[in-house]
Amino acid sequence: MLRYVFRRLLTAIPTLFVIVTVAFFLIRVAPGGPFNQERGLSPEIRANLEAQFGLDDPLWLQYVHYLGNLLRGSFGPSYNLPDFTVTELFAKGLPISVQIGTSALVLALLLGSILGTIAALNQNKIADYSVIALATAGSTIPTFVTAPVIQLVFGLSWKLLPIGGWGDGALINKVGPVLTLALPQIAIVARLMRGSMIESLRSHHIRTARALGLSDWSVVVKHALRGAVLPIVSFTGPAAAALLTGSIIVETIFSIPGVGRYFVDAALNRDYTLVMGTVVVIALFTIVFNLIVDLLYAVVDPRVRYD
Amino acid sequence: MASETILSVKDLRVRFQTLDGTVEAVKGINIKVNAGETVAVVGESGSGKSQTMMAAMSLLSSNGEATGQVDYRGRNLLEMTKNELNKVRGRKISMIFQEPMTSLDPLYTIGNQLIEPIRRHRGLNAQAAREEALKLLRLVHIPDPERRMKSYPHEMSGGQRQRVMIAMALANDPDILIADEPTTALDVTIQAQILMLLAELQRKLGMAIVFITHDLGIVRRFADRVYVMRQGEVVEEGDAEALFANPQHAYTKMLLAAEPTGTKVAPPANSPVLLEGRNVEVVFKIGGGFLGGEPLMLRAVDKISIRLKRNQTIGIVGESGSGKSTLGRALLRLLPSDGVIRFGDRDISEADRQAMRPLRRELQLVFQDPFGSLSPRMTVGQVITEGLLVHEPSLTGKQRDHRAVEALREVGLDPNARNRYPHEFSGGQRQRIAIARAMILKPKVVVLDEPTSALDRSVQKQIVELLRKLQADHQLSYLFISHDLAVVRAMADYIIVMKQGKIVEEGPTEEIFGNPREAYTQTLMNAAIDTARFRISA
Amino acid sequence: MTELAVAVPEPIVGRSLWGNAWARLKRNRAAMFSLYYLAFIAIISVFGPMVVPHDYTTIYGDYVRTPPSLSAYPRPDMLQTALTDAIKRMRVDIKEWHQDGSRVIVTVTSKKPVDDRNIRYLDRSDAFDDTKIESKSPDGLEVTMSSAIKQQYFLFGTDNTGRDLLSRTLMAGRISLAIGLLAGVVAGVIGVIYGATSGFAGGRVDEVMMRIVDVLYSLPFIFFVIMLVVFFGRNFVLMFLAVGAVLWLDMARIVRGQALSIRRQEYVQAAEAMGVGYRGILVRHVIPNLLGPVVIYMTLLVPQVIILESFLSFLGLGVQEPMTSWGVLISVGAKNIGYANWLLLFPAFFLVSTLFALNFVGDGLRDALDPKDR
Repeated sequence: MLRYVFRRLLTAIPTLFVIVTVAFFLIRVAPGGPFNQERGLSPEIRANLEAQFGLDDPLWLQYVHYLGNLLRGSFGPSYNLPDFTVTELFAKGLPISVQIGTSALVLALLLGSILGTIAALNQNKIADYSVIALATAGSTIPTFVTAPVIQLVFGLSWKLLPIGGWGDGALINKVGPVLTLALPQIAIVARLMRGSMIESLRSHHIRTARALGLSDWSVVVKHALRGAVLPIVSFTGPAAAALLTGSIIVETIFSIPGVGRYFVDAALNRDYTLVMGTVVVIALFTIVFNLIVDLLYAVVDPRVRYD
Repeated sequence: MASETILSVKDLRVRFQTLDGTVEAVKGINIKVNAGETVAVVGESGSGKSQTMMAAMSLLSSNGEATGQVDYRGRNLLEMTKNELNKVRGRKISMIFQEPMTSLDPLYTIGNQLIEPIRRHRGLNAQAAREEALKLLRLVHIPDPERRMKSYPHEMSGGQRQRVMIAMALANDPDILIADEPTTALDVTIQAQILMLLAELQRKLGMAIVFITHDLGIVRRFADRVYVMRQGEVVEEGDAEALFANPQHAYTKMLLAAEPTGTKVAPPANSPVLLEGRNVEVVFKIGGGFLGGEPLMLRAVDKISIRLKRNQTIGIVGESGSGKSTLGRALLRLLPSDGVIRFGDRDISEADRQAMRPLRRELQLVFQDPFGSLSPRMTVGQVITEGLLVHEPSLTGKQRDHRAVEALREVGLDPNARNRYPHEFSGGQRQRIAIARAMILKPKVVVLDEPTSALDRSVQKQIVELLRKLQADHQLSYLFISHDLAVVRAMADYIIVMKQGKIVEEGPTEEIFGNPREAYTQTLMNAAIDTARFRISA
Repeated sequence: MTELAVAVPEPIVGRSLWGNAWARLKRNRAAMFSLYYLAFIAIISVFGPMVVPHDYTTIYGDYVRTPPSLSAYPRPDMLQTALTDAIKRMRVDIKEWHQDGSRVIVTVTSKKPVDDRNIRYLDRSDAFDDTKIESKSPDGLEVTMSSAIKQQYFLFGTDNTGRDLLSRTLMAGRISLAIGLLAGVVAGVIGVIYGATSGFAGGRVDEVMMRIVDVLYSLPFIFFVIMLVVFFGRNFVLMFLAVGAVLWLDMARIVRGQALSIRRQEYVQAAEAMGVGYRGILVRHVIPNLLGPVVIYMTLLVPQVIILESFLSFLGLGVQEPMTSWGVLISVGAKNIGYANWLLLFPAFFLVSTLFALNFVGDGLRDALDPKDR
């Protein structure tokens, strides 16, 4: 098991390397630079700034430097928010994004699984159709529609929630963003769960359990659910990586100071280090969560073995 | 026989709601089971025999609905609440199924799954239930039961899983055991063992057994009474001996006569050898790759030599995994192999795709699965004339169509059907289409890979007769691959018995059947012997 | 013998799987309704902007953020304001006004003689038209003018610069649908070619090709899109060709999987055993059987692209003003929810209902082409 984890992490290194390299050169061949946007900058000052950050070196040298810094765990300074290093920006924003993302994920997994199971147990009945309708709505309506609608209904009309803002992490401020973020995930989980549960309930060993007179609880929870949960487990990896690294839409609309907003701004401003930092963080999250999921898989399913 | 009736099915009907409307699978049947007796419900696929018992146990799929009465000791199972039902299921009436590989929960240990029904129905504590479970595993002759308790289903063979399944079903000493085709998915030798076990357990425990089966051999061997079902109705019922000796209904007679009969006369000794393999070897690499480490080498065919003469049929017999299908494909150069393969006077061991192409029309292949081997998006006409596009490209569309009509007639299908699609035909008809596709090219050698295994007995017989007629008409040579000894005996004049990629024994058919020398062949024969005995008496 | 009886009575032409699928689709009411709805949306998006009386770029200064209404503008209570505004611009005083049928009669006074050209100020207002001088006092200090009330309908209201939301929503639909189709087709074509090649070639080639897909998968998707926006700038056709070029990954995986499984099918083995070459297998067996999954996935791809476009436009990276798309409109709506919620609700309804319809069609197609009971 440990050896497997070790091997997986080892094979992640080349992947990470490729990602860093591709991203580095992609953003660097894009026209423009971090200090082109501010018009007031005289050519001398710009040259000075560029020299200060080593941007006048040949590209390959900058690449080598970047890799070197990365190995030492440093993402470098942010070009557009010059008072901060990229690490500091993440230290501030990531916990907020992770909080919201985790809440949304947990909510989605719990609610989605329950709804999906209810639907599967009542296949082709009202409860099932309601869940399907909800899931269709959840997965069809984009977040940039749900977010303002939630603001409109709960914030402006009913005045139950604040329209936006972080409010130092007050619970009431998290409801809107978490709901917006969770809704499509609830839909996906509910659909997955419904599908796999129906399949699981049809499987031969469930027929066996019924033929042996086991209770409904045992048939559904012990035998059907455990098998049905496998697709949810594999869904959780990529979903977690995406949710925990912040959502641009949700953070913009609800004015949440997470890391989700950095990415677009940074890319547009050619804040190279911040873009690269975001890419690396997202890639790391993806790799780690996929590994966790694979290990979880082996816990649920004895047929899966890693040695 | 005079004992009390414990289960009686009265006017049972089962309907299914499908996309194409309501289908009535069981049309008002009556069946009764007396304490301690063995009842067989016999029928071909689609006869409703399984659905009858599924309905009795309330195990129908969600689109199914049962009406009528299923009385167990005077109480109608169909009207019971779930709670009441669950006090009968697994305790008074138990069931085992056809699919030993999937009928156990893959995520729990054998022990866990065995203990659960014991605790549920008898309220024993964990320790006592464990003791009981161990006793059961010993009862069904699972070696090393202590260790097996901790095994997962995927760590056991099909036969062992079926034994575990039986143990679970008998855990609470039921009155009735319903066995739904319990041996169909197993190899012949394992089948025999499971049947022996059931017989032994019935003697020890005294429960009634309801056998649902298509296999008349089993019926004759075990059943006291028989119900013959066809298209949702019971067409005949009665005492087993009487029914076999003197069947009344035409369908029963047909079923009894459905065993393929006759023998194949060997071709004259000077008949030329058409296809020859010398030391043919096929090795599969499993795993490996970029980072996967050492691949596992599986020797599927291990230095086999074979000579197929003109107008000869060689039967290749073996259980699943014996390498018989692989051998057939290697001889047609559809798989890379080592050794020498000759067709006529040509050495084709090294022939590539290009070089093989002109020879393909003389070397044809018919598959087991008549559903998978026909392209679902082509009409029957297109399917059977596809080979002509390759081998007789000069033909016009009209000529091809003409050939299609001929070919369909030859295999006994209505040529008007050539513009229909494969999914509109039954299994037997589809197998005829597959045969027509091979025959249209006028081949010399045809490899028949289990061509009858997926079909009902009565249809099997028709296909066997068709193949025989075609052989006689065109002086064909067959390589007949099968695990079904009855069919092989009727088709082949020479038999090769394979096990684990090697030839165990070979010789003319009468010799192999009359006097098997090797232990493995004897086991195979013994396992099938009741079918054989049955055929003689019929 | 029994089996033969089945095929005989109804010979000649059979129904292909496609025929079956179509029959099944026709029975699916949700899917058929969605299909009609999509056709409806497409038609009004394409032809609507030509029919609607307002151009999607015309700014009505007097009608900023007018709520949607079935009755015509200006409303009676608005006449006063519009009139006062216009008269103020004439630098004259209003003495009296009243409405006479579809015209207003207004009498103005001034300390200087009123210049006749002043009536253009009334015509310039979005509420009035066809202004005429009815009578003039001899000293020219008092003039009576009449002006037709310009009846305007804003069924969806107007946006915060006074543009008709109906024509803008329809125009936006045109853009969003066109982009969805365009980028969807680009992604589909690339995905099918890549996936089919990989799946059909198999072995080492397949391994390498899929490895590349894996790496592309692990790059943050939004990063790619933003880079493309940066590269292609504001040329939205080019940009969405590029977006299509990013979205092919799923399609490639699906097609590869299908191609691999089709290759393993017995009917392909049967064709190989008959000596059919690669091309014949590809044309007669692989492609026809691939079509189903490809069609199903295309119906998923198109809404994906529409959402992506809206998303980019929402961020201000997509379509640029005055051109518009549903995403642009929704983003404007989201910023104005406090005082003009119709700006959010109408475009959101169009976008969401279209996505729903595509979704139902996709589901319907999947059920029709790939029914579990076969």
